[in-house]
Amino acid sequence: MRTALPAMEYWLLRNRRYWRTQLSAMTVGPVLYLAALGLGVGSLVDDNVGADGVQGVDYLAFIAPGLLAVTAMQQGFEESSWPVIGALRWWGSYPAQQVTSLRTRDVLTGHLLYVTVKLTAAVTVFTAIAALFGAFDSAWVLAAAPASVLCGVAHAAPIAAFSITRRVEMSIAAFYRFVILPTSLFSGAFFPISQLPAGLEQVAYVTPLWHGVDLCRDLALGEATFAASLGHVAYLALWAVGGYLLALRLYARRLAP
Amino acid sequence: MSATRDEASTQEGSTALGAAPALVSARGLVKAFGEGDKRRVAVDGIDVEVLEGEAFGFLGPNGAGKSSTMRMIGCTSPATGGTLRVLGLDPATDGPAIRAGLGVVPQEDSLDGELTVRDNLVIYGRYFGLPWKACRSRADELLEFVQLSDRSDSRVDTLSGGMKRRLTIARALVNNPRMVLLDEPTTGLDPQARHVVWERLFQLKRSGVTLILTTHYMDEAEQLCDRLVVMDAGRIAAGGSPRELIAAHCTREVVEARPADGETARPAEVLASLAERIEVLPDRILLYTDSGDDTAAAVTHHHELDLASVLVRRASLEDVFLRLTGRTLVD
Repeated sequence: MRTALPAMEYWLLRNRRYWRTQLSAMTVGPVLYLAALGLGVGSLVDDNVGADGVQGVDYLAFIAPGLLAVTAMQQGFEESSWPVIGALRWWGSYPAQQVTSLRTRDVLTGHLLYVTVKLTAAVTVFTAIAALFGAFDSAWVLAAAPASVLCGVAHAAPIAAFSITRRVEMSIAAFYRFVILPTSLFSGAFFPISQLPAGLEQVAYVTPLWHGVDLCRDLALGEATFAASLGHVAYLALWAVGGYLLALRLYARRLAP
Repeated sequence: MSATRDEASTQEGSTALGAAPALVSARGLVKAFGEGDKRRVAVDGIDVEVLEGEAFGFLGPNGAGKSSTMRMIGCTSPATGGTLRVLGLDPATDGPAIRAGLGVVPQEDSLDGELTVRDNLVIYGRYFGLPWKACRSRADELLEFVQLSDRSDSRVDTLSGGMKRRLTIARALVNNPRMVLLDEPTTGLDPQARHVVWERLFQLKRSGVTLILTTHYMDEAEQLCDRLVVMDAGRIAAGGSPRELIAAHCTREVVEARPADGETARPAEVLASLAERIEVLPDRILLYTDSGDDTAAAVTHHHELDLASVLVRRASLEDVFLRLTGRTLVD
């Protein structure tokens, strides 16, 4: 891990000049989503099903932890898809790193460490904003934030593995459209997956995002059980570690042919 | 400027050629890509030895296997066959340790255009585990060496091609390497920028750093290389110092005759008897001779020929290459 730190520093250095843009992106997105969905759609939902009508809470409290997990997944995608292609082909980052003392493993690990740092910043900002919206009642939400970071890494690692194999950057846009976007919408963040048609509900259970959403929501609402949380964490860790090991093989194949 | 290596490690075995240790030693080195029908052999069993302190060149046209060889030496591409030792170590097992002692100037600059000139050097030093402070002072020192101090805070995107190449050379020196690998160091540069690069490389060589470079420019090879090998289609066609190669494969001088009508076939028949050997190119005929002036006079006064120009020049590596492969270096 320590040998990978310089590669992480590179990403921090590279992004240093954009920190204002990035902070505003981290802020504006959550504010808009929480206002439009949490308050706007939320008032409609609460009027029709009652103030504790969605799994025993109002819609804002229901959706905020879901959005937290979705934010983490999207942020994980943002930082491990295009940037992997950019680092390989446009910015010289990986080619420069691979001829130094760094090993392929450090190149990958450093990138993912940076993704983790960025995720931590994004979910912290999100949690603070959602708290200002009054979305959380329980201090357990402080455990939901790191859980969402894990959810983000569980996506970032396999996405990095996918991205390093792409020769056409168009396929990243297609991946967003056909994987990330549908997953965001149908993994229980915006409505309980029990509402899904038969068959699709089972599909949702397999997605790491659903586990992230359910974990974050149970924690934020103070309703988490040890066994269920452990199961979710284990499943997300499986994706993170599996994705990392796969990425390691594919990075080696691409960087040192 | 402290690009000098003071301590010369002596772990490597000495070679028959003298006391200098071999920093690169390859036997039957092979690089192949793909499997079965798609298998393509880029490097086809080469033997190479590079000694400490020398400037060694791989000369050959595009696709000869030069870059593949360089990547194997640079430990970023595993060898398919044969044995390879770099800095006395095995790239298959000691990649990071070898790379710690190498400087690499790749064909594609791999600079981050959005970072400043200085930050590109500083972060590169971090990749070798140098402390931040050391990276910063080393960066300033090297910017001085490649005459880019005044552009230290500019974004790399704003530099000219020649400046970027100099920055890449500076970057390759961050870790005080024992050996620097340069893949086509002046390809794409204008003549003036090339000379600045050559001058810096020459100074580097004088300070004791071993240089390995690939090039398809024979003037570059003649300027910089103590020894070189001519590569063609993945094999080594010949090796030695530029002077040795010319002596072994060429006459001392060459007469170039250009027919007025651009038709070379018939004049070639006539000229064949006037020189030891001739080469017929699409636009001119080369006559290899030890006495250029006499041959040129004979050619000029030949009554059967209508020539646009006749000139005498010294034989070069280009002629060696033509002799060995039947092709010119730069098409």
